[in-house]
Amino acid sequence: MNHSSAQNTLKKYPLLTYIAKRLVSGLIAIWFIATATFFGMHMIPGDPLSSEKQVSPQIRKNLEARYGLDKPLLTQYGIFLKNIIKGDFGISFTQENRKVNDIIREHFPISALLGLLALFFASLGGIGLGALAAFHKNQLSDHLIMIMVILVVSVPGFVFAALSQLGIMKVNDLLHSNFPIAGFDGITYLIVPAIVLGLGTLAYITRLMRSSLLDIESADYIRTAKAKGLSNGQIFVKHKLRNALLPVVTVLGPAIAGITTGGLVVEMVFAIPGLGKYFVEAVQQLDYTVIMGTTVFYGGFLVITVILVDIFYGWVDPRIQVVK
Amino acid sequence: MPALTKLSVLVFFLSVLLSSCGISKKETALNEKNQEISLALTTEPPKLNSIKSADAISFIILDHLTEGLLRYGPNQQLEPAIAKKWKLTKTGATFWLRTDAKWQDGITVTAQDFVYAWQQVVNPKTASGYAFILYPIKNAESINKGKLPLESLGVKAIDDFTLEVTFEKPCPYFLELVAFMTYRPIRKDLHQEWGRAYAADAETFISNGPFTLTEWVHGAKIVMDKNPHYWDKDSISLNRINIPYITRDPSALFNLFLEEKIATWITPALGSGSIKKALKEHLSLKKFETGAVFYFEFNHRDDRLTHNKNLRKAIQHVIDPYLYTNKVLGIAGNTPAYRLLPKWLIGNKKPLHEEYPLTPVTIDHKIARDYLARAKQELNLTTIPPLYLLIDDGGSNGSLTGEYLQELLNDVLGLTILLDKQIFKLRLQKQYQGEFDLTFSGWAPDYNDPLTFADMFYSQNANNSAQYENVHYDMLIESTYKTTNPKLRAQLFAKMQRILQEDAVIIPLYYSGNIYVQHPRLKGVRRSRTGSSINFSYAYIIPENITLTESNNQPEAMPETKKVMP
Repeated sequence: MNHSSAQNTLKKYPLLTYIAKRLVSGLIAIWFIATATFFGMHMIPGDPLSSEKQVSPQIRKNLEARYGLDKPLLTQYGIFLKNIIKGDFGISFTQENRKVNDIIREHFPISALLGLLALFFASLGGIGLGALAAFHKNQLSDHLIMIMVILVVSVPGFVFAALSQLGIMKVNDLLHSNFPIAGFDGITYLIVPAIVLGLGTLAYITRLMRSSLLDIESADYIRTAKAKGLSNGQIFVKHKLRNALLPVVTVLGPAIAGITTGGLVVEMVFAIPGLGKYFVEAVQQLDYTVIMGTTVFYGGFLVITVILVDIFYGWVDPRIQVVK
Repeated sequence: MPALTKLSVLVFFLSVLLSSCGISKKETALNEKNQEISLALTTEPPKLNSIKSADAISFIILDHLTEGLLRYGPNQQLEPAIAKKWKLTKTGATFWLRTDAKWQDGITVTAQDFVYAWQQVVNPKTASGYAFILYPIKNAESINKGKLPLESLGVKAIDDFTLEVTFEKPCPYFLELVAFMTYRPIRKDLHQEWGRAYAADAETFISNGPFTLTEWVHGAKIVMDKNPHYWDKDSISLNRINIPYITRDPSALFNLFLEEKIATWITPALGSGSIKKALKEHLSLKKFETGAVFYFEFNHRDDRLTHNKNLRKAIQHVIDPYLYTNKVLGIAGNTPAYRLLPKWLIGNKKPLHEEYPLTPVTIDHKIARDYLARAKQELNLTTIPPLYLLIDDGGSNGSLTGEYLQELLNDVLGLTILLDKQIFKLRLQKQYQGEFDLTFSGWAPDYNDPLTFADMFYSQNANNSAQYENVHYDMLIESTYKTTNPKLRAQLFAKMQRILQEDAVIIPLYYSGNIYVQHPRLKGVRRSRTGSSINFSYAYIIPENITLTESNNQPEAMPETKKVMP
């Protein structure tokens, strides 16, 4: 009785079922990430507690006890899993009086803001440029845009970061203005870094947009629209753009995750206190708790983002349905 | 969709508009009106709790916020701080504290604050990395190893303002030590109340130094303000030290300096690219000797080939520190090292290297080959198997050094060197476990005494990663523990240095130096080789209406300054 009513509810709300299923598989994925990172990290030779000044065996034992490193590996793993479920990632090895939770809480929002801004510039610019290139297919502006795209894809991000910083300095010099060249004191400091961070994605979206617009050029519904006597502009906005956007939406999911977690170089050059810096430094310092905390957190973030994008995709394209 | 596009365009223009508002927000290198300076850090201080701090950045910040019994004054001289006078004997020391020294909340700094702090440093539960620096105090080492209770530490508060210290062994450099970070006082009530949060944030930090910690946004920003309760506040001219930038990126730091956003940066060392740019911009370059020495360390464990003295001597007679420092590494600021003990160390009255000069090893390939032949004979080998050089991937020029050694030893001696490149932590681990034949290593001094370098090769020292064991050397080290006579001590150190060379224990390579830039109107910045490498407590700003001339454009007192030519 109960069982069948539950099944009925599920049948009534296929989307909920779908989300529940995805969440469960997401949790398994996170557990897998956590386990692999935990054992991988402990298997790398090296020791988070070693430092240039040697300490006595007694102190060494105390340090190990503080971080629970004196227990057998499987026990440590059990404690670690229990703590993750409680949402507690422990205390950093390098910054002995900071909790990993605090590090994530304080620095992730900045990385996320930078990432979202970057994504905003990337999608806006990518869609615009892609549309422009498709509109002027094989004309000068199309060629220029495509050359730019290839350039952006092939030149590594840190070059653009350094160049743009020099660029702001030149602008300040010429206009006697005072645009910030680095640091973080409000959202204005993130604009140039966000543009730089989004460049790669922008180039990718431009190409995608251009080719998907060209693909639908000869579609039946475009011919119908032309036959109806719609102007070129109307056709472009109402029919072409919306359909061409679909493939673009699919890349947004991975792009969100990539951009919000991949801002390390930009964070360095522009002195932005994001999480990327902590993530990389933790690996270099073998800061076990920070490595685990940030990996599991990023893993969870990625899983949720991908689920959200899939739902969004269904909303944009009514042809996509949750099929039982 | 069109509505969305319009919205996006609107948001974009809004953000551009917002960014132009950024014009009014101005961080500048020097603010003469408010007596403020702005600086940048390469990383945020990991531990601001003085009993546990062990890294350069934390030391620098702490040196502005806390003060010990003695301090280094504007010209690098030791001078009274919380202690107004003292008596140092062979068996101990007594410090009489000033009665007007206050914590930032107005409470008086007392002798008990020192007793509490020092007990916490050696408390095995604290697990302080710098506990060893308190070992000259009676029972410190035993307490630290968990053998004696905290109360047995040789330090007593006779009354609120008299501190009595008993030594484990004579310690003529004890006054240097009490100026060190680990010897700073701690407030017992707050340390116990705040627990783990002590010194984790601006709200849970209490200062007794020239500045207070006003704001600390982790990873982003530190603001320090002049401490109104500081007993010597009249000699502090800056009202505020801003640190709004934290990044490791060298070109970003240099750009911030060019834009006059920062007056200098911590820890500043210009790379060759930045030096070229600085010369193009006609900036005046300054040089600062960090005090650290870099060298090749041999593994002296019995089961290693490098245990053989003749093999070590063969390698020693091939490596030319001058050639290596200037031609191979070619980093402006470094100077070639021919001995372990740097030039600035004082012997009896004059620098040790002047009183007891040491002839550099002659670089002679024939001698080297003779030594190698003897080594082969002793080891009963026709060819020497490959030797492992342990290096790390950090900024200490490991790869370049490794490749040079590979080429050189292969050319001259036909030796094969294999590079073992590891991340820093792993390199340390391998080094202390003895998994190497040679390692490229460095040592920075903790106090101004030759012992800070020399005791590294004492067989009982935990930092002796080479596991060099020499009864004669150990005897010399132990003799320094028994005397305070400067002449005798200088003789002892000279003998040790000779052994290190004759026995080819290490091969000295260079003394590290930094080339840096600093705003020409910022003066009085103190740079030191021990403790905090840079300090702005006595810094002051030369007003804009005074033209910089040769006389007031002189560099800071302590480091020698040279214009570097390209």
